[in-house]
Amino acid sequence: MNEQLLEIEDLEVSFATEDGLLRAVSGVSFTVSRGETVAIVGESGSGKSVTVMTLMGLTRSPNSHFAGTARLHGEDLVDAPEHELEAIRGKEIAMIFQDPISALSPVQRVGAQIVEQIRAHEKISKADALDRAIELMGRVGIPNAKERVRAYPHEFSGGMRQRVMIAMALSLSPSVLIADEPTTALDVTIQAQILDEIRRLSTEDDKGVIFVTHDLGVVADIADRVLVMYAGRLVEQGTVDEIFYDPQHPYTWGLLGSVTRVDRDPPRRLPAIPGQPPSLVQAPRGCPFQPRCPHAFDRCQELPPLAIQLPEAPGHLDRCWLEPSVKRAKREASGRIGLTEGAAS
Amino acid sequence: MTENEPTAAGSQPAGQQPTGQQPLLQAEHVQLLFPVRSGDLIGRTIGAVHAVDDVSFSLAEGQTLGIVGESGCGKSTLARCLVRLLEPTGGTLRFHGTDITHFGRKPLQPFRREVQLVFQDPVSSLNPRKRVGQIVGTPMRLHGMNRGKATSRVRELLERVGLNPEHVNRFPHEFSGGQRQRIGVARALATNPRLIVLDEPVSALDVSIQAQVINLLDDLQDELGLSYVFIAHDLSVVRHFSDQIAVMYLGKFMEVSPAAELYRKPIHPYTEALLSAIPIPDPRENRARERRVVSGEPPNPIAPPSGCRFHTRCPRATEVCANAEPPLAEYAGGHLAACHHPLNVSPAEIAAASRSPFSPLSAGALMPGGRDGAAPGSPVPEVPSVTAGTSKAPDSQEGAG
Repeated sequence: MNEQLLEIEDLEVSFATEDGLLRAVSGVSFTVSRGETVAIVGESGSGKSVTVMTLMGLTRSPNSHFAGTARLHGEDLVDAPEHELEAIRGKEIAMIFQDPISALSPVQRVGAQIVEQIRAHEKISKADALDRAIELMGRVGIPNAKERVRAYPHEFSGGMRQRVMIAMALSLSPSVLIADEPTTALDVTIQAQILDEIRRLSTEDDKGVIFVTHDLGVVADIADRVLVMYAGRLVEQGTVDEIFYDPQHPYTWGLLGSVTRVDRDPPRRLPAIPGQPPSLVQAPRGCPFQPRCPHAFDRCQELPPLAIQLPEAPGHLDRCWLEPSVKRAKREASGRIGLTEGAAS
Repeated sequence: MTENEPTAAGSQPAGQQPTGQQPLLQAEHVQLLFPVRSGDLIGRTIGAVHAVDDVSFSLAEGQTLGIVGESGCGKSTLARCLVRLLEPTGGTLRFHGTDITHFGRKPLQPFRREVQLVFQDPVSSLNPRKRVGQIVGTPMRLHGMNRGKATSRVRELLERVGLNPEHVNRFPHEFSGGQRQRIGVARALATNPRLIVLDEPVSALDVSIQAQVINLLDDLQDELGLSYVFIAHDLSVVRHFSDQIAVMYLGKFMEVSPAAELYRKPIHPYTEALLSAIPIPDPRENRARERRVVSGEPPNPIAPPSGCRFHTRCPRATEVCANAEPPLAEYAGGHLAACHHPLNVSPAEIAAASRSPFSPLSAGALMPGGRDGAAPGSPVPEVPSVTAGTSKAPDSQEGAG
């Protein structure tokens, strides 16, 4: 459980655009251990997908610029030359994408696509690779895998396609699995099935899982630790209980407060976060959330560090100038922001 | 519950009544089958996609009906039927008591003014080549408002939905997703409608922006006395809005209930499955909760299962579920559910339940508990009776599965 698989330090990703330098990810650091599921939460444009795609080397382009390191078993992924990355990608670290229909080739049978990936990394006969593909598809819950390997992606339903993606990601038993909104395109009953599948990978196979999502319900369901991103920066990180029951950053309060819940009577008005997320080309000075934050004060013109605020919770970091005691008072005074129950416990 | 609840019981007389009792929109056994043609030269019809299959409801003025279901259940097709972008292949749609089911373009015009649609995707539902002013102003011009008046009303509407009226000359791409959805709402409001059909209006938006748009829709309803039909793919967002919620599966309503009661007391196993599949944003409760994950996937709507359409995935299904389509049984408080093995109801409640007139015509009279819901003494029909004009498909599947 404690073996660290992936260590990301001060990751910066920026893209040169016509409007200027777009800072997609700024100073992001975190670790992923064996058997642990780390969820990255944020709205669109918060940099969560760019962060994980950079780990896979998928953001490399002539206009991109990187800084910082991401070490997988001690080897840096950010600076690695393309041929080294090719050896690692798929084998050590694999990714499940949001939209399986565009992530799979429409003109190749799914079995052939899995076989291709296996044979790119291992010297193994086609027949053996196909056997492994069948076994993998069976393992992720595709019925009749023996016949289904010969089917094309369009012959599968959305949920089954996502299972094919998972089978493909598992084909070389990578130690780190990245899931980028794997259930966003799926129906709730199918989402529950896929989440069970991913949960099994981290608990039974002891993989490290990075789960990118904007859905706080899914986070509560699957994550051990949570990273909250806003405008390319981490604003809070902690265990799932710390984030849900003692959220420290006003942005996290806003996120938790604006969620609709099936198990509670709805409030008269949903507490919405006013305004829009900032532009990443011309980021506001100081705290990125300050223009939308109802609790902003003078000091917020300066960027707060991501720091431990509560001595009793050394893993719980946040990026806010307010004192924890002040925050608790404000959070509870404003009623439903955060969770009504549990916040006090 | 309250007296301004839309009455689930019975259909009101179709004649014009100026009172508030007259339902705004009534659907009676509405059905839409898309033909499936063979690939040969003649293109014979070899089957049909049962997108909407005998759906009935009644929506009162100022109320909101939530319609929830998974992809492919026909909820968006139903939305398009309700605004008459599609013509139902069976059943009747009444607006203010007038039968509009088969109206053509001309007679529909006054209806179009009163019923508007807001789409899910705020990018593709706005013309990228038109300025916001044109997008919002066009419906007014089409309904005969002069240019000057329309211009000032566009500004008024933009302000009303929380946009800067100075932005009338901007293009859609200059706005964020949430703002674009506000433009879509402003366009829907342009003709002063009575009813707005919202087809997953916040599904494409971020949570914090979702809350903004939901609050806006809420305010508009209070202010303008609008009625909504709110389509959603899960049960969490509709809870905020709806007076009544209908749960749809493979073209049919499985359960229709006053909103709060649906969450407290789901009667249909499918509703329970939907509720239990949604993760709660509260880790401790989530861990403590018993989750029933439904296995399998929705069947093919070209050949829907016989009997109850959910029986292939239902944990409570028995033989009767495959053989007889359950009618919508009406329980206390106007709570309807089409299930032979209802959850969360006592034997006394089952005994007191009656067959709802909103039941599909193809459904039998067999009520939960094996009781005959038809007139006392009449035999339970072996094969559900089919009235002319409705689909025969559920029967042809009889005995399968």
